[in-house]
Formats: sequence, C-alpha cells, structure tokens
Amino acid sequence: MNILTAEHVSVNLDGQTILSDISLAVHSGEIVTIVGPNGSGKTTLLRTLLGLMSPSSGKVTRKDGLRVGYVPQRLAIDRSMPLTVERFMSLPTRQTPTRIKDMLIRVEADGLQKRQLRDLSGGQFQRVLLARALLVDPELLVLDEPTQGLDQLGEAAFYTLLEHVRADAHCSVLMVSHDLHVVMSTTDRVICLNGHICCQGTPSVVSKAPEYRALFGLGTHGALALYRHDHDHDHSHDHLHEHDHA
Amino acid sequence: MTMITAMITFTNMIMLDDFLVRAILAGVGVAIAAGPLGSLVVWRRMAYFGDATAHASILGVALALAFDLPVVWGTLAVALLMAITVTTLTHRGQAMDTTLGVLAHSALALGLVAISYVHGTRVDLNAYLFGDILAVSRSDLLLIWGVSAVAVLLILSRWGALLTATLNPDLAQAAGLNPLRERLSMTLALALVVAVALKIVGALLIAALLIIPAAAARSVSRTPEQMALFASLIGGLSVIGGLFLSLRQDTPAGPSIVVVAAGLFIVSLVVGRRQPG
Repeated sequence: MNILTAEHVSVNLDGQTILSDISLAVHSGEIVTIVGPNGSGKTTLLRTLLGLMSPSSGKVTRKDGLRVGYVPQRLAIDRSMPLTVERFMSLPTRQTPTRIKDMLIRVEADGLQKRQLRDLSGGQFQRVLLARALLVDPELLVLDEPTQGLDQLGEAAFYTLLEHVRADAHCSVLMVSHDLHVVMSTTDRVICLNGHICCQGTPSVVSKAPEYRALFGLGTHGALALYRHDHDHDHSHDHLHEHDHA
Repeated sequence: MTMITAMITFTNMIMLDDFLVRAILAGVGVAIAAGPLGSLVVWRRMAYFGDATAHASILGVALALAFDLPVVWGTLAVALLMAITVTTLTHRGQAMDTTLGVLAHSALALGLVAISYVHGTRVDLNAYLFGDILAVSRSDLLLIWGVSAVAVLLILSRWGALLTATLNPDLAQAAGLNPLRERLSMTLALALVVAVALKIVGALLIAALLIIPAAAARSVSRTPEQMALFASLIGGLSVIGGLFLSLRQDTPAGPSIVVVAAGLFIVSLVVGRRQPG
C-alpha cells in the first residue's frame, strides 16, 4: 500500500525550476533513500512530500492521517534559549517523563534528559532528534541528511541504530543523503535525484546505472555497496567495512 | 500611633493614592508581560523589532494628538501597524536588520517631526521619549494591567507552539503548526505591551525593558519557562529599584529603571558563571 505518492510534481522557486516532473511512491514498510549532489533539490523534494511547501504543479498525496516523524537537516540551537533535552522532547506537545525516557532508551540516549541541548555532541543530538520523531509513533520516519556533521564512526553507528529503531517501530523510512558512501544496508530503493529523477532501484542497480555514473563520476563506483550487506550475514561486528577500492 | 500610621499607609496603598505605589504597580505590570515577551524577542534575535515598534509609537502619539484621540489609541494603532509591516516584510526574506533599522528610525524621526506640527512646542516630548511613570493615573494603571494581561494570555495560550516555531519553523510546520501565525501572535502581543510601556520608560528605552531582564535571566535559567519567569522577576526588581534610586537621587525614573536592570544583568553574569549550563 502506498502511504505517500508524488505525481508529476514540479517546484519553481524565484523563477528557477528546482524540481521537474517527479513521480514516486513510498510503500508501507519500505526504506527509500534519496541521493543527489548539492543543489539537486533533495531537501525541496522532502519538504514538498511532507507538505511543508506546495508543488508548483503536480500532486502529492499522503495517506489520510499519516503519522510522520520528522528529523530536520540541521537544527541550529540558538545559545540564547536555555533548553533541556526533556523540555525539547515536550515541544510542542507535552510528554510524560516515562514516555520521554522510553524513547531515549530506544535510541540509546537515556540519561541525557537534564542536559542542555546545546551541550550535546553531534551524535547525541541526532539521537535526541530521532527520539523526538519517534514520539508521534510514526508510520513514516523522514530524515534529512541525518548524519551531516558526524564523523565516519558516528555515521555508521547512527545508521545501525536507525535500523534497530525501524525494526522496532515497523515504520517506513524516507531519507535524504548526499553522502553516497553510506546508505542504509536495508535500503529497499535508492532514488537518484538531480532536479529530476535520474534513476531509481535497489542500491546495486542504481550504482551500476549509467545515469548515476554520469552524475557522480566513475570514481564512486561501488561506493553505494559499502553498507549494503547480504542479509544472511552477521551484523554484530561488521559496521565499518573498508572502502573496497580506496 | 505606629498602628495608625501603618493603617494610613495601608489605606493609601489600597486606594492607590500614593504616586509611588501607582508607579510601582504600573512598572511591575509591564515587567510581568515583558518577561516572556522579551525572552521571545531575545530567542528570535529581534531586538531591533522592539525598537522599531517602540519608535513608531511616537508617530502614534502625534497622530492621536492631531485627531484629538486618547494617546494610547494612537500608539496602539501605529505599533500594531508597524509590527504587522515588519512581520510581512521580513517574511519575504528582506535583510532583517536593515529593514528594521530603516523602519525604526524613520518612524521615530517622522513622529518627532509630526509632533512639532501638531501642538507646536506645548507637548512635553520628554514624557514620550523617556517615560513619565511618576504621573501614572488610576485609569492608566487599569489600562496597563488590562493590556498586559491580554498580552500575557495571548503568549501563554500559544507558548508551546511559539517555542517550537522559534526553535525551527520546519519542525513546527511538520507538527501541524503555522509558524507565520505564531509570529503574528507574538507580534501582536509585542505591539500591545509597547503601546502601554511608553508611559513607563518612554519610546527610547522600551526595548531595554524587554531585552535586558531577559538577557539577565538567560545566565541563570535551564529551561525557556524559567528564563521567562526570571525575566519578569528581574524586570519587576528593576522597576522597584529604579524608582527608589530616582526618588533618592532625583534622577529621571525611566532611565533609572534601565540602569538598575543593567546592573542586575552584570550580577547575573557573575552568578551564572558559577552554575553549569
């Protein structure tokens, strides 16, 4: 079943075409990753799909009453606002301490409740954002470049965590990434974006597609496969593979 | 004997006969509303916005005098107009500080010019520029508390939404809130408070009453709510301290209040350093 559909969506901003003729669907339980170079319209597409902005033409349909957990790209916390993690989790809807604790446990960040948001490390901060997104009991988790600013180790750890969280929450995931070296190992579908959809398919199909190669250069050949493991192998110790041709 | 004196003082306070009691009540009334509002102004980096609205209120004074209306109606109308203008302009992505700078000072200058046309030299400009808190009447007091209460209720009723929108508009929108509406409700509250605060500290120092207590509260708070509450308290203390300073040293009341607030700000820096966060 489709929970989110875009039909021939185009977006113009200030006379410039940012997105043209985008058609895609996210199915229930699916993990979809949008990749593309800077300025390819990834964030605009995500915002349009979420209804944060309206398309210039075309149509976005979301399942009635779809519960979306949203992890924004960057959240610059102004130092002028004192804000603890637990207070942040209660915005805009008040949550009980138990529920906040439960969510923080799920992202392995319990104990941070009383900490000031601006004192958290990049990795802790992303976990808290994820925990906050889980509060709505989401059917769809939307993440905009969630690992930006994390180092490689932190990035790998975050994706591992995200996979566990998703398995628990049984939700679909729609994610944007500019980093082609890291795509969730369980990604069902990669959409390669550059103002329009260049190609889409499973990670291995996309990485071999000529459109993808044209966009990102041959140098990144095989990079997408980095975190794509075979599903039958052991996940406990292999979260940092070596780059196979670096 | 002392009993009788005490009773007379008490009666005075009840009847609000004493100009000092009225001044304190008026100042504290504004300070209570300025706490949460000033915190929002600080979080949203809109310090200039308070200035623009306050300076525009001088133009409101001129208009009110020209049309023989109560001054507060003029200031309220122009402050609201200015607030809405600024909200729409900045929403269109103009450079915020430049827009506000142009609007704030143009409005002040225009107001000063307009006043000179209206009543010749008979208007006491000082009262509007620096406030006239010692001349607060009982009906002024009623107006100040009424308007402040409306502003506070407006902000509190939307507090969670306002905080979320302040933190990140996308986050607010994803939660089904409308960031522009939150911005407008805050703007309205700001215009209300500015219009009545004109009497207390004057157009030139209203922004100080909004920002300094909030900035002082920042160093000693762990949550947004604490900061808003402390800002109200610090504002109230500044009013009381400033009035006594003014009385003892024969200094102008409005600026004295701001001087005390600035002193409390310095104290907060020292106290805040000892605390984590």
